[in-house]
Amino acid sequence: MTFDITVDGRPVPVVPGQTIGAALHAAGVRSWRTTRFGGRPRGLFCGIGVCFDCLISVNGRAPERACLLEAAPGDEVTTA
Amino acid sequence: MTYDLVVVGGGPAGMAGALTAALAGLRVALVDSGTRLGGQYFRHAAVPKAAPGLDRFLRQARALGARADVLLGHQVWSVSREPDAGLVVHCLTRDTSGERPVVLRARRLLIATGAHDRPLPFPGWDLPGVLTAGGAQALLKGGGVVAGGRIVVSGTGPFLLPVATGLAGAGARVLGVYEANGGLGLARHPLLALGKAGEAAGYAAALARHRVPYRTRQAVVAAHGDREVEAVTVARLDEEWNVLATRVVECDAVAVGYGFVPQIELGTQLGCETRHDVDGSPVLAVDATLRTTVPGVWAAGEPAGVGGWRLAELEGRIAGRAIAADTASTPGRDAASPPGRDVATRPGHDAAAPAPGDVVPPVLARRRQRWRAFGEALQRAYPVRPGWQGWLRDDTIVCRCEEVPLSRVREAQAMGATDARSIKLLARPGMGWCQGRICGYAVSCLAGEPPQPPRRPIAQPVTLGALGSLDLDTPGAPGPDDHPAH
Repeated sequence: MTFDITVDGRPVPVVPGQTIGAALHAAGVRSWRTTRFGGRPRGLFCGIGVCFDCLISVNGRAPERACLLEAAPGDEVTTA
Repeated sequence: MTYDLVVVGGGPAGMAGALTAALAGLRVALVDSGTRLGGQYFRHAAVPKAAPGLDRFLRQARALGARADVLLGHQVWSVSREPDAGLVVHCLTRDTSGERPVVLRARRLLIATGAHDRPLPFPGWDLPGVLTAGGAQALLKGGGVVAGGRIVVSGTGPFLLPVATGLAGAGARVLGVYEANGGLGLARHPLLALGKAGEAAGYAAALARHRVPYRTRQAVVAAHGDREVEAVTVARLDEEWNVLATRVVECDAVAVGYGFVPQIELGTQLGCETRHDVDGSPVLAVDATLRTTVPGVWAAGEPAGVGGWRLAELEGRIAGRAIAADTASTPGRDAASPPGRDVATRPGHDAAAPAPGDVVPPVLARRRQRWRAFGEALQRAYPVRPGWQGWLRDDTIVCRCEEVPLSRVREAQAMGATDARSIKLLARPGMGWCQGRICGYAVSCLAGEPPQPPRRPIAQPVTLGALGSLDLDTPGAPGPDDHPAH
């Protein structure tokens, strides 16, 4: 049993209880922002809320840590 | 309302401490930033998969939920001291309207905040697909997601073994476990020498079953790729971790970890003294009852020294007993205790503090010494050797947040920065979002000094909006909405 969130308008399936970051990784999306200076791609690194690499905009609220925030049905995720 | 005890952290240490104190009749709140209890070791999916000890932990969680306030999704960003010696625990939680501050008052605090991975920088370590070992583990345990299809595991320490066997068991192809220390191989792994032969044999069997090579004196020294990791350079190392020879291994994910950093900033905020653990990590100094040097503040598990979940749980139990005994011996706790719950007040029992021997049964004290010695032995067996600094190039990112390359660290040193703090002031490593949690250890090594205790006035980023809505004059007891476990 899964539900969908949208990532830049495209549906991505979520197993209930998964974080935004886990759902993105499972869908093969492994980077969703670029760094301020070097424009380098970033996604999950520490996975437990410490490193802040995985910052992302969810439902217009940014920055969220994708590794901590549990996905909810209909969440709209925007990558940079 | 003032709690007898607020526990920060819902892993093995926090759970054991909170439950022990609650069963002794104390009014307890346990606060955790996660959406489920468990911490890192007992991290589990919404529908838990079987894991050793998890059933028991979940039973404890249910027992605690019936006897204490369990506040999930609450991040503690600061703990301060009131003039009346009470403690104020500042949390942030979120609801539909955004972040919202929650303030708890407590007579006593148990710091059970665990630890996070200690990564070392190397060229390409910031490519997507490169995760900490704990990050790969969290993704698997919490989300049921394997970090990639062809994974390389590298670093040092026994934690690499459950990470590799977990990934292999979940269907990933683990191309190799590269342990930078050793030279002994699994057959003489310290787990065997320290009475955990069954566990070590289990990992060895699992690695063999999945045909995962375990190579000592080898490590991933560079990751390659354009937008994601596509390959790594694996090096054979000498005893000091200087590179002897290299080869390229194609892969789509890397899990790296070089030990752990205990999370102690709530303790250092309150002025708790620290000591350097065997591996040089600053940890909170505690006595035999897990009491820190600050009155009313205890610490259990990794913040008192990295030693694994069994030690953490044991220390939580000891701290819970000590806190209950301290509460019983302190007059004036009536304000905090509902009628009929004050089981600790006995006729003829005066306010004298109980001796440690009365609080900690010798069997628990001995067990703690044994597990603590085990943790220290592992730290000795898996040190970080200095040769890793030779893996870096001038343009290798050291601080991921501020994108500080090695060359800027070296420039700062050339300008006269002699320690990590002055390097930070000149070149900005550790000034970004993570506040040096990820690069702090590496920068200390580059500066040639042991890592210093954190000086972070806040333990989590706080939005100005949340700060603005904080009403310090009327810090309330949490309302019904603050008790998601009830």
